[in-house]
Amino acid sequence: MSAYITGTDANFETEVLNTDQPVLVDFWATWCGPCRTIAPTIEEIASEYDGKAKVVKLDVDNNPQTAMKYGIRSIPSLLFFKDGKPVDQMVGVVPKKVLAEKLDALGQTA
Amino acid sequence: MSLTPTPLPPGLDWDAAERRTIVIVGTGPAGLTAALYAARAGLAPLVVQGPEPGGQLTTTTDVENFPGYPDGVMGPEMMADFEKQATRFGAELRWGAVTHVDLSQAPHRLVVDEATPLVAESVIVATGASAKYLGLENEKRLLGRGVSACATCDGAFFREEEIAIVGGGDTAMEEALFLTRFASTVHLVHRRDELRASQIMQDRVLNHPKVQVHWNTVVTDVVGDDAVTALATRDTVTGEPGTLPVTGFFVAIGHKPNTDLFRGWLEMDEAGYVQTHPDSTWTDVGGVFVCGDAQDHVYRQAVTAAGTGCMAAIDAERWLAERHVIDGVDTETEYHAAPAESSETGEPVEG
Repeated sequence: MSAYITGTDANFETEVLNTDQPVLVDFWATWCGPCRTIAPTIEEIASEYDGKAKVVKLDVDNNPQTAMKYGIRSIPSLLFFKDGKPVDQMVGVVPKKVLAEKLDALGQTA
Repeated sequence: MSLTPTPLPPGLDWDAAERRTIVIVGTGPAGLTAALYAARAGLAPLVVQGPEPGGQLTTTTDVENFPGYPDGVMGPEMMADFEKQATRFGAELRWGAVTHVDLSQAPHRLVVDEATPLVAESVIVATGASAKYLGLENEKRLLGRGVSACATCDGAFFREEEIAIVGGGDTAMEEALFLTRFASTVHLVHRRDELRASQIMQDRVLNHPKVQVHWNTVVTDVVGDDAVTALATRDTVTGEPGTLPVTGFFVAIGHKPNTDLFRGWLEMDEAGYVQTHPDSTWTDVGGVFVCGDAQDHVYRQAVTAAGTGCMAAIDAERWLAERHVIDGVDTETEYHAAPAESSETGEPVEG
């Protein structure tokens, strides 16, 4: 069961920008060690927030347009979107609690 | 360093806490080697992974100097091998980070992720070290926006761009060389007129056509609104300010041990490296052992970290046996003789 969505250049608008829910986008790549480190946290968050928030994993190698558009210069980069706009960004391995608190806060302002 | 330790979070049910013979904190080469030895000794160690599972090697590429890998190995792959080997013998790896400790009494108390209490007869500290930053305000603000401490993670985002790296050690040289694969120019900024790096690495970097070295130069600020556009610099000899027009800024100025958690409990030097009794992994606290980069500011190699991890497991096993927490160990083995003095807990430690 994977609750996260695989983001692409093609589906980014539909899945991330045109949604009422807060969205966490994990910009990652297969060759990035810290990305692998945080992957289980992202997947847990996706399951736990299923229905409340969306979690999208976007491979920067296969989807360079979106990564470039949001000025991604480090991975993992975790971008939070609300109402089609990026509202916060975290870089590197972040504790699950921090991600959860951010999603909770964004959910309440809906 | 005598500092007051952070108190444990209130309201935890210590009577119901999980109790383990041995808890290993950290999963770099030190922690996972300690886990391998403790697991093979039948101690069923619990390994708390920490905020950077696999440790510093997960942010490197080729490891060419770990014995047993004649063709070299990728850092993350090697750490996956370490993990596989430790878990094969029953080491239990757990996601999460130890956020609090109380080493005032045996068994010792640990808290995982600020919420889960854990009681341990013995603790092996293998928390390693993490990359240091310059400490500039704009450096922090632009982290992930052009500022990076991981060339191998982020280098590819700077194709055909001008970037700068600050540092003078082998790590800085390795990262500078790696960055030449992508960047049009790599500016190496160094505060002195000579490098600390080994001669072979220096030669590779200084002779590289894409590398431009700025001697006697310090970075005074990182410039940019949403992304890095330049570095402000100063010549340390003339005092002359300067600007480097770069979109990427990589920091490779060394590491600091991840030992803040143990401040006030374990004896440390100025830089935060935990002090050990000579030729051992013993700390001043009975049942607490330290290995790897958390105690080593001299060698800091994967293989030395693994070596001290092995020592810590053997020291812990012997300590547990002497206190009859576990059955006696093989006395034929030449173990390190424990220092015969009382621990900070006030309980005598047999030599």
